Amino acid sequence: MSAEAHNHGHEHDHDHGHEHHHKDTFITKYIFSIDHKMISKQYLITGIIMGIIGIVMSLLFRMQLAWPEESFKIFNVLLGDKFAPNGVMTNEIYLALITIHGTIMVFFVLTAGLSGTFSNLLIPLQIGARDMASGFLNMVSYWLFFLSSVIMVISLFVESGPASAGWTIYPPLSALPQAISGSGAGMTLWLVSMAIFIASSLLGSLNYIVTVINLRTKGMSMTRLPLTVWAFFITAIIGVISFPVLLSAALLLIFDRSFGTSFFLSDIYLAGEVLNYQGGSPVLFEHLFWFLGHPEVYIVLLPALGITSEVIATNSRKPIFGYRAMIMSIIAIAFLSTIVWGHHMFISGMNPFLGSVFTFTTLLIAIPSAVKAFNYITTLWKGNLQMNPAMLFSIGLVSTFITGGLTGIILGDSTLDINVHDTYFVVAHFHLVMGISALYGMFAGIYHWFPRMFGRMLNKNLGYVHFWVTAICAYGVFFPMHFIGMAGLPRRYYTNTNFPLFDDLQNVNVIITAFALVGGAFQLVFLWNFFHSIFYGKKSVQNPWKSNTLEWTAPIEHMHGNWPGELPEVHRWAYDYSKPGHDEDFVPQNVPMKPGEEVLHH
Amino acid sequence: MTTLLILIVVLLLAIAIWQLTKIFDLTQVGENVNDTQIADDNDNKVNGYIMFAFLGFIYLTTIYCVWNYGNLPLLKDSASEHGPLVDNLMSISLVLIFIVQTVTQALLHYFAFKYKGKKGQKAMYFADNNKLELVWSSIPAIVLAGLILYGLYSWNNIMYVDKEDEQDAIVIELYAQQFKWEARYSGADNVLGKANVRYIEGANNLGVDLSDPNAQDDFAASELHIPKGKRVIFKMRSQDVLHSAYLPHFRAQMNCVPGMVTQFSFIPTVTTAEMREKPAIIEKVNHINELRAKKSEQLVANGQTALDPYTFDFLLLCNKICGASHYNMQMKVVVDTPEDFKAWLKDKQTIVQAVKTAAAEAEKSEKPATPTIDTAKVKAVVKDSTAVAQTEVKK
Repeated sequence: MSAEAHNHGHEHDHDHGHEHHHKDTFITKYIFSIDHKMISKQYLITGIIMGIIGIVMSLLFRMQLAWPEESFKIFNVLLGDKFAPNGVMTNEIYLALITIHGTIMVFFVLTAGLSGTFSNLLIPLQIGARDMASGFLNMVSYWLFFLSSVIMVISLFVESGPASAGWTIYPPLSALPQAISGSGAGMTLWLVSMAIFIASSLLGSLNYIVTVINLRTKGMSMTRLPLTVWAFFITAIIGVISFPVLLSAALLLIFDRSFGTSFFLSDIYLAGEVLNYQGGSPVLFEHLFWFLGHPEVYIVLLPALGITSEVIATNSRKPIFGYRAMIMSIIAIAFLSTIVWGHHMFISGMNPFLGSVFTFTTLLIAIPSAVKAFNYITTLWKGNLQMNPAMLFSIGLVSTFITGGLTGIILGDSTLDINVHDTYFVVAHFHLVMGISALYGMFAGIYHWFPRMFGRMLNKNLGYVHFWVTAICAYGVFFPMHFIGMAGLPRRYYTNTNFPLFDDLQNVNVIITAFALVGGAFQLVFLWNFFHSIFYGKKSVQNPWKSNTLEWTAPIEHMHGNWPGELPEVHRWAYDYSKPGHDEDFVPQNVPMKPGEEVLHH
Repeated sequence: MTTLLILIVVLLLAIAIWQLTKIFDLTQVGENVNDTQIADDNDNKVNGYIMFAFLGFIYLTTIYCVWNYGNLPLLKDSASEHGPLVDNLMSISLVLIFIVQTVTQALLHYFAFKYKGKKGQKAMYFADNNKLELVWSSIPAIVLAGLILYGLYSWNNIMYVDKEDEQDAIVIELYAQQFKWEARYSGADNVLGKANVRYIEGANNLGVDLSDPNAQDDFAASELHIPKGKRVIFKMRSQDVLHSAYLPHFRAQMNCVPGMVTQFSFIPTVTTAEMREKPAIIEKVNHINELRAKKSEQLVANGQTALDPYTFDFLLLCNKICGASHYNMQMKVVVDTPEDFKAWLKDKQTIVQAVKTAAAEAEKSEKPATPTIDTAKVKAVVKDSTAVAQTEVKK
């Protein structure tokens, strides 16, 4: 380790002395780069592109839900004659859209786009390392992610249609092309893409873990790490524990689909004949899927919460309240997240006793989550809040995290879950608590670290417009959904017109879609701001937010190795904001303690 | 027309963005021109106020939704014995949630407004306080402990049926397939005959083992009738993919899993006729019919057929994605008085009879080699069909 660090330093000295020594070609600098900063940008831009696809899909099916089976030119343009004859969306493509929307948003945007971007950018910079433990594995990790993204996008164009068994791909529906046409080639590509994605995620996660454990600079003890790094570190650990289980589920499903095994299939009569499957259980698949699927929620959310901790502390000019309690709750959430998966399966046919156990563990996880929310609120108290766009998104995250988290108390309770399971109540809950919250975390991270990534500032006024419209639309979309869910409206219905019982919910669906369309359109403001500012944004100063963490002690110009000369040495924790006895309201981590200065936090 | 509308919307949005940016720009008139793209006092002030206004927006949204859509939820008028238990727990949880939501959102947004930054102001250095942490870990812990206990008590009540209750319950099979439901009644012996998809043949579309003595009085129905006041034990089966039998009015749901039999049980307490008389239901039905009448006018004007008026019925819905027509997989559920139920049970053709009749008709029209279908023959046929399936897979 030290040898490598030394080596990097050495290389760097060379670079500095002789400009011509740069051997970076376009390809090694921008494409097959092993520099974590470049890789993080690659993750971010790939994530944003996938995000555009995912969000456009959601707008399409929202239009179908508001104006069922009406003709829209845009459907015909985007979906083609087969899936939208005369501009009317077919029921098959509707299911495909919701499936791919879920897959893309959960895995490609909020796992890779969020965690991949900021783990890569921040772990080395905030712990004072030259790069990741293995730059090469890091590069492989990104390119596997890119490959899986490409395969997922290709799967949209196969003739039988993309995977359409829901993002949870429960067999037998996902295993039998006779059951739904999307379970043919589309599903095969989906599984291949996900298998590659998991490999990418594992390589990334292992790298993050090793880097955090081994490459911290002098003085950077675990209890001096910024909460972002703690969040990324624990997220990586959950990923390493749970993603392999999804891989095994995917592999067994591939066996069932292609090689005639019966892991998940039994006693099936379909299309006029009995299929030769015997002894498998779809419930087994549900267990395997949710053993990843639930921790996945925290894989998505914890990095967002880590980013928020950092952004809120910096912009409140106050130490994050309860640093140790925050670490403890991250660890508690991570541990509990691996033993609550059964709350997705209360009514799957598993033993009701298991339902009781999972209700218990699920409601336990509310405690560390509540602690986090209270700590954020207390951090704001008596602060000197700098309302930068990143700060707004962080406050927005706390708001949606509370709103969405609270309804988890209902869904986690097996008794109440009976009647709201798989209704729009669930859709409202998880979109607020993990979808919108994690997206806000991602936006907060982008607005906050954009200067660090590109050396330029994002336009703040566009940022304000982006935040406020998004905030209003997010509530406008997902708040009413709770109510139609409680009225018993099942999710994943192509249209509700076959149930006169739900006729009085149609106007709510129109309102929801209107908010969704406006909210979706205003993401263009962000996109314009983002891509325009990369090239024409106002040049940034080195530490625009007057932040304490190490990434702001590195020069604006990117260099492989992050710091010219020596690595910074750390003398204090990351949250000495407005500390009494200092003139400035921030004290970066590399500033030595004054003579007689005391550590004021515990 | 739609294209035009979309264009107009896009145009208006663009104008809105432009104007909003201008407003934010205007808020900076008179200030020192700040081009750093870092929030200054003025930004803090403006956004602090909007934060406070946003709290109002959250409250208004909540009030609007509760006021307008609050009567839709299934919080009252349940039709099963355990319904009130579920509804009560739901109400308690909802009240709790609304209180916590109101208070925490108020604190969050009020602090964001109150402590908006000003130049020269210094934040308080307040890093931790173990007492506070203890307080707000233990309060949720205690409240949740209460909810968990109530929840587990109800869950056990609903999911576990006593042996005695089991004896005088009616056993009904809910059979799911893409995309319809069927019910199989266990008949006079109250025991369902054995069944497996490998027995499916012709009229025996539920795959009942016709040689099983318990199966002799089983009969199938495409409409679910259940008697008021008697425990019904539902055994769920699926022949193809996962389905979920969702009976929202009875607070009942259970997945139907191919390869296994799942179970849910409840006691219906309100007949369909009684339910139709409930004021809340009358109001809901009237409202829906107004909406449908309006829509029908439009449809007729366009030369299409009008919608049927709606009368209330209990429903069984599929609530687990099961294929392209998942959105229309439903069955009517009728809760009868015990007398009506008895009357309905009369003269139901058993599955065994139905198979025989079908075979006889087939014989008449085609004169096949096998004149009668007795159970032994069916078994032979079944074995054959498996063999066929196997050879086809091997191919």
